[in-house]
Formats: sequence, C-alpha cells, structure tokens
Amino acid sequence: MSDLRLQDFSYFPGCSLATTAGESNRSMMQAARILGLNLIELQDWNCCGSSSAQTMCKNLSLAMAARNLSLAPPGRPLVAMCPRCLHYLRSTQKCLKSDPETREALEEKWGRPIYTDLEIIHFMEVLSRYGLDRLKANARRSLKGLRYVPYYGCTLFRPPRLAKERYFQGEMENILGALGAQAVPDALSYRCCGSFLSATDPEIVTPLVQEIIGSAAAAKADCLVTACAMCQLNLEMRNTSRAKIPIFHFSEILALALGAEDYEEWFVRHLVDPRLVIRKLAQAA
Amino acid sequence: MYTAQPLRQDVVTPDLGKIGKPGPSLAAEVREQSGTDFYRCYQCRSCGNGCPFVQAMDYTPNQVLRLVQFGMRQEVLTCKTIWVCVGCHTCSSQCPMSIDIAAVMDTLRLMAVEEGVAIGKPNIIDFHEEVLRSLEKYGRAHKLGIMLGYKRQTGRWLKDLDVGLKMLAKRKLDLIPSRVRDVKEITELFQCYWRETA
Ligand code: SF4
Ligand code: SF4
Repeated sequence: MSDLRLQDFSYFPGCSLATTAGESNRSMMQAARILGLNLIELQDWNCCGSSSAQTMCKNLSLAMAARNLSLAPPGRPLVAMCPRCLHYLRSTQKCLKSDPETREALEEKWGRPIYTDLEIIHFMEVLSRYGLDRLKANARRSLKGLRYVPYYGCTLFRPPRLAKERYFQGEMENILGALGAQAVPDALSYRCCGSFLSATDPEIVTPLVQEIIGSAAAAKADCLVTACAMCQLNLEMRNTSRAKIPIFHFSEILALALGAEDYEEWFVRHLVDPRLVIRKLAQAA
Repeated sequence: MYTAQPLRQDVVTPDLGKIGKPGPSLAAEVREQSGTDFYRCYQCRSCGNGCPFVQAMDYTPNQVLRLVQFGMRQEVLTCKTIWVCVGCHTCSSQCPMSIDIAAVMDTLRLMAVEEGVAIGKPNIIDFHEEVLRSLEKYGRAHKLGIMLGYKRQTGRWLKDLDVGLKMLAKRKLDLIPSRVRDVKEITELFQCYWRETA
C-alpha cells in the first residue's frame, strides 16, 4: 500500500458508534489517524435499517441501506465497524446487484448512482490489508500479558446468505496477537449477546450474559474484546454477576496499543471500570 | 468449558388435529419468500439445542419448521418464537442440512405483520415500531427517545430505570438526537410501511 490514495476509505459509523458507543468511534478514529488511514465519514448517512426495519418491512430496510450505498463515491472501499451494519449494507448491495429494476428506481428517486461493485469491508479487513508487521511497528504500548476473550458475537461471520463473502473469524486474534495480547480460546466467543432482547426482555438476556461473562471468568481472562458496539453495551449492561470483567470494544484496545493518549477520557464511559486491567498492563511493561 | 444444556422438555406439542387443508401450501410460500429449502430438515434438533433463546420460546426452531411444513399457518404466525428470535444465525450455522432457519424466521415475521395476525410477543413489535418512529423522524436511532417511548408504551419504566440512569450518567444516551440533514429522503421511504400496515 505505497499508493497514498489506497489509504482513503469511506466510513459508515452507524447509530451505535455515533452515540451510545461514542468511545469506540473515537478510539477507532484515533487508531486510524495514527496509522495514516483516512476514514472519510459518509456524507449524511442514515441508519442501516437495523433489525427493526428488517422485521417490519422488506422494502423499507432495503431502501434505508440502499440510500447509504447511494452516498458512497466510487473508487474507495466503504468501511463499517458495526457487524450488523456491515451485514445489512452487504446484503442490500447483493440484492440490488441482482435486481437492477429496483436499483434504477432508487437511483432515479435520489438522483444519484449506486455503485454495486463498491467494496464493503469491515475495519479489521482494513487493518489486515495494512499489514500486521506495519501495525506492529506502529505500536507504542505492548499488550503483552493481556489475556482477553475475543468476542465476535453472532453477526460478523455467520449469515449463510453471505457465506461466499469474506469471513472475519480469527482476524481479531491475528491483529491483537501481533500487538502482544493473548487470546483465551475456551470461552463463549460466539454466543449471541441478546441483541434487542436486552431492551425488550432483560430477564431473558441477563442469565445468558451471565454465562458469557462466567465463561470468561472461568478461563481467567482479564477482559472481553468485542467486535460490535451493541455487544459491548449489552454485556456490560446486563451483567449482574459478581464477576465484573471489563468489556472493551476492539477499537479501544487497538487505540490503546497504538499509543492514544486520551484513553482515560473514554474509559470513564464504561459501565464496568476498566482501569484495573490497564494498570496491570502498565505494570507488566 | 461450557457444557450445553439439554433441549428443554416442556415445550408445547402442536395440536395435529389442526393440520392445514390441502391448497396453496404455506410451506411453498415460505420457501419461496425466504429462499430457503427447509424441506430437507430431518428434525435433528441441532437448531433447537443451539438457540440461545429457546427458553423464552413457545416452539423450538425445529418445531416452527414442522408447523410450516404441516401448513399450520395460524399457530406459526401467532407464536412467540418468531419474535423472540433475534436473527443471530446460530441455528443456521449449525444445521447439518445448511438450512437458513433464521431466514425462515425473518419471512414468518414479515408474514405475521403483513397478514395482521395477533402478535405472539407484542412488547417486541412495540419496540421495533418505536425504533422505526425514531428512524422516520431523524433517519438515525435516537436511543434515549426510543427507550422513553418504549417504556412508556409497555409501562415498564421502573423495571429498567437503574440501567437507564447509569447509561445517562455515563453519557451513553445522547439527549439530542443526531439526525440526517435530508430527512425528507428518509420519511419518503416510510410510506411503504406505515401507510399500508398502520
Ligand atoms: S438443525 Fe437443520 S436439520 Fe436439524 S432440525 Fe434444525 S433445521 Fe432441521
Ligand atoms: S437465529 Fe433465531 S432461532 Fe436461530 S439461533 Fe438465533 S435466535 Fe435462535
């Protein structure tokens, strides 16, 4: 990636990262800046549709995701961090590719072309293209000694509709491993966090979150690192067990390793205080 | 290591007396709309065993497929299971016959909404509608607004007040919604939804 233009990406934040998970967004932007990656926020983006639109009306969910695609200029990949957003953007692109009539109708409605060949990738893919060796060379803090559970939740690699697309399983271990952290394999890494049930039926979700956290505690992990901001929030919010293990969003740990200075500011937004873990890291260094 | 819990034993047994009459088959309809061939299902129950939320369901996912195959439209469209399902795809990824059960659930939910049947888990559809109200207004999800609206609707404010306050204190809930500038483009999209079903 010596070509400078290759470092430009359109970036789709999505509702969670723009609000409840502001710290994840902030840390990701930091990390990107340190690495010289240019994430250009998609102008006037809207919600990807989420499971609510998907549930209530097919046309609506398609159109909402499609509007975002119509805002993305050609020539640079569209990057999302939220696995759900990624999933909806990709399925919609696939749909529009096979249904030119709908695509043309939407293009006409908005007066903008939709580039169905646009590459839509996850932020982890950006990092793996950047190169793990280069990433390592940019690290300012070693994550050595940090035992974490890579928590993918459900969406990042599962949907069979996208079975032929790129998988991200193992990517987190590659990246954080290169930065010195040690993945703890024997915990519930792929157990669903409860998604919207966390809001509608907490009594269903609480025991399940307990099991996830319990599995991490039993594996003697220092923390869980999630790929998704909603998972991060659900796991923190619905954990009522005594084991209070901090839950980080992937981008926070990344930014920490890359030497971001303002992490104290975003760490205080956590519902479970993560400072113990950080102190442990500092002592090991 | 985590050990799997046995499949729950107390689920409802479908009343086979209500097997659908021959005619345009529900199964064919669902297969067409979901793009999933679930005729291959041999009831191994991996999907039911693997679903994290099976405890909160009235039929296990494999039973839902059976209901569809039997043409028991009313039972399946009004059941709780299709609403409790969050679409995590655990079932789909574990099915030995590569049946995308989650896609079937998606289809059944849409059919339930379109046909206007009694919803098996009304609080969940309330929530989705609250989210859509926010999306229609701002183009993005305003979580505080959604929480307030939703809790008001189902009168469960107190139940979750503690968590809500914690989130407010941590500034995880923004008071002012972030919004799309060209919100007209968004509201237009909702015509297909509200106008037809509301
Ligand atoms: S896992 Fe597949 S084959 Fe087994 S019961 Fe479920 S749908 Fe049927
Ligand atoms: S997709 Fe639905 S039915 Fe399948 S495992 Fe997840 S919640 Fe259960």
